[in-house]
Amino acid sequence: MADKPVTEQTAVADPITQVVAVLKERFPEAVQADERKGFSGIVVDPRSLVDVATVVRDELGFDYLSSATAVDYLGKGDYFEMVYHAYRIRQGGPALVIKARTPRDKATLPSLIGVWPGVDFQEREAWDLMGIRFEGHPNLKRILMWEGFAGHPMRKDWKEAYYEQDNKPFDSRWPGGQVSRAEEHNPYGKNVAYPEDFTLDGFTPVGEAANYTGLNMGVDITELSSPGLRTDRLIVNLGPHHPSTHGVFRMIVSLNGETVEQLEPMMGYLHRNHEKIGERNTFLQNMPFTDRLDYICSMSNNLGYAQAVEKLMALGPRFQPPTYRAEVIRVLMVELTRIVNHLWAIGFLLNDLGAFFTPALYAIAQRELILDFFEATAGSRLMCNYMRFGGVSRDLPEKILGIPLLANDLIRDENTMDFLTNLITERLPQAVDELDNYLSGSEIIINRCRGVGILPPEMAIAYSMAGPVLRASGVPYDVRRAEPYSIYADLDFDVAVRYNGDIYDRYLIRIDEMRESIRILKQLLPLLDETRGQDIQAGTKAYSPRVPEGESYGRVENPKGELGFYVVSDGGQNPWRYHVRAPSFINLTALGEMCKGHKVADIVAILGSIDIVLGETDR
Amino acid sequence: MYGLGVLKGMGVTLKHFVETYIEDLKYLGKGKRSVEAFTVRQGLRGKSLGLFTVEYPEEKIAVPERFRFVPFLVINNLDDPDLPGADWCTSCGICAKVCPPQCIWIVRGTDPETGRPKPAPEAFYIDIDICMNCGYCAEFCPFDAIKMDHDYELASYDRIGEHIFDKKKLSKEFRYYRSLYPTLSAEEAEARGGWEHKDVLKAKAKAEKAQSAGAPAQPGR
Repeated sequence: MADKPVTEQTAVADPITQVVAVLKERFPEAVQADERKGFSGIVVDPRSLVDVATVVRDELGFDYLSSATAVDYLGKGDYFEMVYHAYRIRQGGPALVIKARTPRDKATLPSLIGVWPGVDFQEREAWDLMGIRFEGHPNLKRILMWEGFAGHPMRKDWKEAYYEQDNKPFDSRWPGGQVSRAEEHNPYGKNVAYPEDFTLDGFTPVGEAANYTGLNMGVDITELSSPGLRTDRLIVNLGPHHPSTHGVFRMIVSLNGETVEQLEPMMGYLHRNHEKIGERNTFLQNMPFTDRLDYICSMSNNLGYAQAVEKLMALGPRFQPPTYRAEVIRVLMVELTRIVNHLWAIGFLLNDLGAFFTPALYAIAQRELILDFFEATAGSRLMCNYMRFGGVSRDLPEKILGIPLLANDLIRDENTMDFLTNLITERLPQAVDELDNYLSGSEIIINRCRGVGILPPEMAIAYSMAGPVLRASGVPYDVRRAEPYSIYADLDFDVAVRYNGDIYDRYLIRIDEMRESIRILKQLLPLLDETRGQDIQAGTKAYSPRVPEGESYGRVENPKGELGFYVVSDGGQNPWRYHVRAPSFINLTALGEMCKGHKVADIVAILGSIDIVLGETDR
Repeated sequence: MYGLGVLKGMGVTLKHFVETYIEDLKYLGKGKRSVEAFTVRQGLRGKSLGLFTVEYPEEKIAVPERFRFVPFLVINNLDDPDLPGADWCTSCGICAKVCPPQCIWIVRGTDPETGRPKPAPEAFYIDIDICMNCGYCAEFCPFDAIKMDHDYELASYDRIGEHIFDKKKLSKEFRYYRSLYPTLSAEEAEARGGWEHKDVLKAKAKAEKAQSAGAPAQPGR
């Protein structure tokens, strides 16, 4: 309807159009604008990809690489496309989307690890799942799949063990839905395809040994003959089954005495190919799956995905953006989630430091009440599945009410707004103050945390760190301010920042952020009263919404960092590509650097201060 | 002074420790498990100073109305005067289509005489091992026929035999649904125009229409 204003706006205000023009002038042969309908950014000739990326970073100021992922366009041109989203960390603003294409049969691209070191794990992921070889990557091996795995599961022609059909809904479910279990059709042992020349007898997993080769192990003769106190190099496997790893996460550490020389994170033990499931699903069906990424913050995961798909739907006709009340409720939920997460993170950081569970239980006591509220509103404490495209699933309930059904059940009956007001104005501030009082001044914590695991700001940006870890290093970058979404632009809050970049600052910044969240929540209470009774869903809620062709990258400031969803639609019911830029995953890129030179016991604390969730790391 | 921070922190611990007992003392006569003590302990009324812990399974938190667990099918009450035990489900298949893990299996009913589809399921299965309790089926069912249950204690000793729920196991009377969801069921009944089964409502509306259509025609005759 409003064609003209849009073009005017892009011509004047859109900095990306200017950047694309500059790049096209600079590299007339290698750079082309992506002209496909619904797509944006530039397509770069792989041969000059590194040059273009260097110019983009150094001269145009896009120093922060948020996401790098591959798309398989099988049957739509038969090529792989690597998609990079780069941002300006100082100015904020939208992304420059850089794309590079490579044929499917000989997929090779130059590695950008020299330009943005943060691309390290993401290129390994693209190699692992899509099979694109990155030339110049120093450690290109599988990252999520196990080392003996054959094939690349995110390729469109790869089929999983219990494959039934390309897209849901499956035809077998209705109208002739005679029930069966997937394992009856594909019994274990027969549901996998082996490479042709494979024999079980001759099989030795190449990977396990390869895991250690990168670590400069082995005995160094010169060192053995050197005078003085001799220490042995030692390889230690930390995890995957260890409570300090917050799940099933493994670190291979090479130690000199008790000092860490090198550390390599290994993940994938909780890998379930979330993205492949996401491509089988319809757009709406993905929503409850996003709950399972970072299962502590399901509400904010929902928001990220909803926004990514809404951006896509906005390309089509008849799209109605979420109503104002829906946005208010969304922000309410997301900020409560932030508090939940930070309480949890601080509690478990203290666990990692050896203060076993007393601080953790104090920290999560008030979390219980927030979860009660989630349960009353969304129906579940953790797996909220609350946001919908264009709104939220249900309005806030009148009362937080439970009906006694089972023996011993007890009635809980409380007006929701009273409950929320009490929670936000009294309980949460008190809880945060108490935690601050309890822990911040403790000499034990200061001694263990100050000056440990330092991450300088340049390195934090280079390694694509996000969230509290980035801001504790003195980089005041917050998506809520850098590229405001929902109603954050109208809200009054500060971006918390600390400057030392050590564990202690990462702890303090979480306290700061909780205080800012409470500040936001207090502003939301009157808005909730004002909008009472208004619609929470724009338009009608459809179970198979029409999503036009195109791409979108929806990112939100999750409590753990920047969570992004890269969604490509071909106009069908299911996303053609669904990629999750998981903050827990990418924040681990710098773990090795942060641990170098520290003691073994500090690794656990450093990992705790990054605050990862393996559901999201491994996907 | 060095060590002051640690002492301050330990003061907080001590405060918590003492408060737990003060809280218990308050409800000494009434019993720790009384309704009053429990709601305060749960922090929903007033400020709970002590622990939040619920001693499951002796104590259980009542779940809120919107709590969702494995779905059930709504059928008419068995003592319903019009259609006792009739299915609300019309086997339209929307729940099976919207289900993210695809755990719902429906055999659409056919009329044995004409062989054409009829609006009732012949068989209805939910594989509860696969169900992820997302609640989409209940949310998108246009006939209010599938709803999320509140009974979360479904553990059994036999995974293969017990965990595929068939129609018999899934069906629950309407009054059960109404007791679980007092607010939602009232909203839905208002939207439908009555508490009864849709066929009954339809028949009623038809009769009314016939009556009202018949009424003005009467005097003319």
